[in-house]
Amino acid sequence: MAAPGNDSTTVSLTEVQIRQRTRILKDIVARYAITVGGISVIMAVVLIFFYLLFVVIPLFKPAEIEEIASYRLTPPGIGDQTLHLAMEEQAEIGVRFTRSGLAQFFFTRSGAIITKQSIPLPPQTTITSFASGAPHSAIVAFGLSDGSAILVRHAYRVIFPNDKRVITPRLDYPLGETPLVIDSTGRPLRLLAVQSNEEQTSFGAITEDNRLLFTHFSSEESFLDEDESALERSSVELKGQPKNTRFLLLDSEQQHLYTANSEGALSVFDLSDKQQPNLDQRLPSVTTGSKITAMNLLTGGISLMIGDSGGRISQWFPVRDESGKSILTHIRDFDAQTAPIRFLVPEFYRKGFLAADGSGQLGIYHSTAHRTLLVEQVGQDKLNQLAISPRANALLGEDSGGNIHFLRIDNEHPEISFSSLWGKVWYESYAEPDYIWQSSSSSDDFEPKLSLTPITFGTLKAAFYAMLVALPLAILGAIYTAQFMAPRMRQIVKPTIEIMEALPTVIIGFLAGLWLAPVLETHLPGAFALLLILPVGILLFAYLWTHLIPGSIRHRVPDNWEAALLFPVVLFLSWFSFAISPILENLLFNGNMIQWLTHEMGIAFDQRNSMVVGIAMGFAVIPTIFSMAEDALFGVPKHLIRGSLALGATPWQTLMRVILLTASPGIFAAVMIGLGRAVGETMIVLMATGNTPVMDLSIFQGMRTLSANIAVEMPEAEVASTHYRVLFLAALVLFALTFVFNTLAEVVRQRLRKKYSSL
Amino acid sequence: MIHNWFKSGSPWIWLSAAAVSISVLLVVALLGLIAARGLVFFWPKDVLQAQYQDQAGSSYRLIGEIQETEEIPTARLKESGVEPPGDQVAYTRYLVKTGNRDSLGMDFRLVLPDFLTNIEYPTDLIVVERREWGNLYGYLKQVKENGQVVAEGKAAVAELNKRLERTLDLFRQIRHIEKNLIGAINYELEQLRLEERKLNLDNNHDPVKRTAIATRRSELQSRYEVLQKQRNNLFPQFNRDSFSAEIMDGRVVEVSLSKVVRFYFPNAMGLGGKINHYFGKLWEFVSDEPREANTEGGIFPAIFGTVMMVLLMSILVTPCGVVAAVYLREYAKQGFIVRLIRIAVNNLAGVPSIVYGVFGLGFFVYFLGGNIDALFFPEARPTPTFGTPGILWSSITLALLTLPVVIVATEEGLSRVPRSIREGSLALGATKAETLWRTVLPMASPAMMTGLILAVARAAGEVAPLMLVGVVKLAPSLPLDGNAPYLHLDRKFMHLGFHIYDVGFQSPNVEAARPLVYATALLLVLVIIILNLAAIRIRNRLREKYRTLES
Repeated sequence: MAAPGNDSTTVSLTEVQIRQRTRILKDIVARYAITVGGISVIMAVVLIFFYLLFVVIPLFKPAEIEEIASYRLTPPGIGDQTLHLAMEEQAEIGVRFTRSGLAQFFFTRSGAIITKQSIPLPPQTTITSFASGAPHSAIVAFGLSDGSAILVRHAYRVIFPNDKRVITPRLDYPLGETPLVIDSTGRPLRLLAVQSNEEQTSFGAITEDNRLLFTHFSSEESFLDEDESALERSSVELKGQPKNTRFLLLDSEQQHLYTANSEGALSVFDLSDKQQPNLDQRLPSVTTGSKITAMNLLTGGISLMIGDSGGRISQWFPVRDESGKSILTHIRDFDAQTAPIRFLVPEFYRKGFLAADGSGQLGIYHSTAHRTLLVEQVGQDKLNQLAISPRANALLGEDSGGNIHFLRIDNEHPEISFSSLWGKVWYESYAEPDYIWQSSSSSDDFEPKLSLTPITFGTLKAAFYAMLVALPLAILGAIYTAQFMAPRMRQIVKPTIEIMEALPTVIIGFLAGLWLAPVLETHLPGAFALLLILPVGILLFAYLWTHLIPGSIRHRVPDNWEAALLFPVVLFLSWFSFAISPILENLLFNGNMIQWLTHEMGIAFDQRNSMVVGIAMGFAVIPTIFSMAEDALFGVPKHLIRGSLALGATPWQTLMRVILLTASPGIFAAVMIGLGRAVGETMIVLMATGNTPVMDLSIFQGMRTLSANIAVEMPEAEVASTHYRVLFLAALVLFALTFVFNTLAEVVRQRLRKKYSSL
Repeated sequence: MIHNWFKSGSPWIWLSAAAVSISVLLVVALLGLIAARGLVFFWPKDVLQAQYQDQAGSSYRLIGEIQETEEIPTARLKESGVEPPGDQVAYTRYLVKTGNRDSLGMDFRLVLPDFLTNIEYPTDLIVVERREWGNLYGYLKQVKENGQVVAEGKAAVAELNKRLERTLDLFRQIRHIEKNLIGAINYELEQLRLEERKLNLDNNHDPVKRTAIATRRSELQSRYEVLQKQRNNLFPQFNRDSFSAEIMDGRVVEVSLSKVVRFYFPNAMGLGGKINHYFGKLWEFVSDEPREANTEGGIFPAIFGTVMMVLLMSILVTPCGVVAAVYLREYAKQGFIVRLIRIAVNNLAGVPSIVYGVFGLGFFVYFLGGNIDALFFPEARPTPTFGTPGILWSSITLALLTLPVVIVATEEGLSRVPRSIREGSLALGATKAETLWRTVLPMASPAMMTGLILAVARAAGEVAPLMLVGVVKLAPSLPLDGNAPYLHLDRKFMHLGFHIYDVGFQSPNVEAARPLVYATALLLVLVIIILNLAAIRIRNRLREKYRTLES
């Protein structure tokens, strides 16, 4: 009998053991699962910050270059000097133009020649000068010894047979293969400048006998035949160029002709009237002692870049003075190089440029951002020629030894620097340096204006006005609710206000934009009158109530129900203010306050202005501040209050000297949290302001905030573009701002909690 | 005396009391405003007819309903080019909805009541709601069939009623064919195209599969043609009837019944009729699709989209939030790091929602979505499947946004579970996991519920991040439909909050859309307040429960 019994106990013991083991196993599994799960959830949350940072960081990376290939073109053409290098869009094919009139197309990676063509020169003429047009036009011109010039364009046809890209280069002669007469006296052209587009072509030239000529061809489309177009030529000799002119430039709009000599004397000709260009300006452009060694125009043709023998590069563009006259003005300098600048090569679509100096150093710069992205030695020798690809991702350089270097450029976001994000920047065609946010435009040679200052300013302005509305209401309200209000009323009031915290801001914003803004616009004097009438009226009522109303009526209202008593008073006063609004407007402002503001005071008025935002967003943050401040005030230990009252202090004295003092960190935390919320709020500002990025403290003007800016522009920003990353940066700034406010609040609150528990 | 009164501090107490009153009044006023404007939207307003005659000599017959009444100062009135009739300081001005946008060019007019004479409310004024061009106000003249008059005068009403019923029935049939049947075929055809493309990409020349696709396709094509024919046969019938009506400028306009949604005679309606109409419109509002660039019709897709997104979000956020909270409270070693994490989590609740939107767009949509597309949907490229904003990314983004809410609420619930209960369970030999699972979590479940409800309330009202990660003004199809796999997580969706923003601010005819925006806002506010009240009630009950436990 014992054996089976024994048996069963051992069996059950192992069962228990197994169960025990699985239980322990389960416990361990649960522990690890929860630990891993919990940590990964927290990691995911932290990831937000790092991801934002990860997207933003490339903005501040310097440029990098990397040599991919170096070769000599075959056949080299002994003694044949390279005049110009260029690349097509993909940077797969390059072209080299030489002094003997040869154009060689070659693969940029290998240097293998694809085709070569000779420019058709008339017999007994030689090439005496060379010029290239705006980079994206792919125009070059050769000046000849007989006073004529020939216009050439290198063009590329891209086809995709079998899904593979095949590029075929060719030379075009937009104005025909016969040379165009520039100098009718037939003297050789010593210097040449050219610009050409569909409608017109301009040449500037200096002849061997130092005459400056401006020759203009416009293509008049023939009425009879659409393909046939007649060329209309005009040519004038210009006076006033500096002696020994070495530099001659035309802008891509064919509006200005720049001439300069090495000593820095600069003359600008205005070409608005092609028949009668006139000398616009003469000015010295470099400091005495240094010489101009390179000159070029940035894309868009507005900024003139001048490189001097000291390695300094200065940027100039026309700025209108008070009288409306454009004056070529010195804007900024780049001082990163020391040897004489030999070439300045503009990027195709951005306001960046490359500079090669006499010591073989290459600099990559961006003008708007005032940023030096890279200065690095390229090759052993100094560079004789330099070209950048249209996408600014590759460069070709020929050193003095005749070697061609093909380099990859990694320079995605040159337009961003600390100064372009936060400082005043002097943008092209602007009268003075300014903070401007204007991220996109239809034009190709647009200068993006990415200053975060105006939108950060807008954010803080919106938050400021919101706090102006919210702080008094929320904090006074919290004081009253926590300290004076009857408990039964508090039970209703607190949840009512707290529920508003959950109210979608889109609803507040929509009411602010569509209801409040028009109402305020029509009742502006009333709104301002309310600011005065409300407190005065309430005090008046309080005085009358406590002093004139007989006690028999007064005592029917239970203690600490003042707030309920005030409901009708506040309603009446608000109604009254708005009702007298038209009367006030007639009495004080000739019937229209907005017109009065604009005409008499010179204050512009937006319908959706800071006042609307202040009220709407103030309303949105009241519950946040109220609820937290009330908690802090209510949590003040009761024995402190009783002690104070017992010592004879009035309730008000107790409040001011004891309660507020004790709870002040909590109130501070509440304000911080409210501020954080106001800074980050999107929908209200999106709907209740005009979203114009102006920097103006006026209460009657709108603003654009960081958050609204992201909401408006993010969907359109191209992935990984500078604009996209700057918007991420805006998000990061927002994140940082709120993080600071919240952390401050949290730390203060935790301390307060400790303090209360010790009291 | 006044000096003493001020010294006593009592005025300041009154002022602070006023602050509370103002705050509460603001809340009440806001809710009242939304409710008042949102609720009257469906009520059929009387349509007035009057002779308009102003100082400048312009004179016409005005037919329309008064949409808004406002007080306007005289100077402003002058500025808008209207010579005031007298020398009052301000005048009342009506915003009258005259409808007939197709004939009159604009459907709203601002008029001073002083210029109106012979105001009357004729009972035979008809209001016709149309699918295009907004309402028509006027007098019913004739009902026609294929251009032939079939009824005139009094008889026209009954005839119109009968024929409208028939046309609406046809409309439903055509819509069923177009949306459901043809929609399903188009969907399947697209799937077949993708399947074939995939075979091409994989270099799979399996003839069986290819013929299967081809047969299926021709089968679908033929079915499509049948449906197409069926639909085309319905059209002439659908367009058969029309009616003509005299509008306010005396012109008689003809409107095809195929464009009519409903008609009614507001001035002839009794209270019962109005109530009936009211609820009819209310039902249309919550169950129908929007018309006329969202300014008319219902908001069903927006309600559906919001609910769907919030559901998905809840499924994601609850386990994550609870696990994180349990880890922080029960497993992590309490110390500096955990305190830091807690501060960070609290902080995240205060991070602006748009930042989550930016993160969602960059990380989920472009990075994760782009990679998912490259790996799993190469056949659909370059059209993105998941690499574009959609409901999945929206719900994940909002889950992340509401995660701190759930974590904080759950942690609070866990911390309220008395130590004694935990210790009791452990003392009886339960493991930590068992203690958690059997005693602590059930006791904290109301707190989790509270957290979830608060999260849902926040997510339902959040718009800014959604604008970046998946919401659209008009989604062609719902994220849940009859085509396998039924739940389409890659689709874009409509959302109540965004609907308010879009219709109120991006709509071409803001004036006409405004009442609808108020109604939508009211719906959203109601949902959110109910959710919050529920959360508060649960929280209070929870507190009661533990109070009894602790004692």
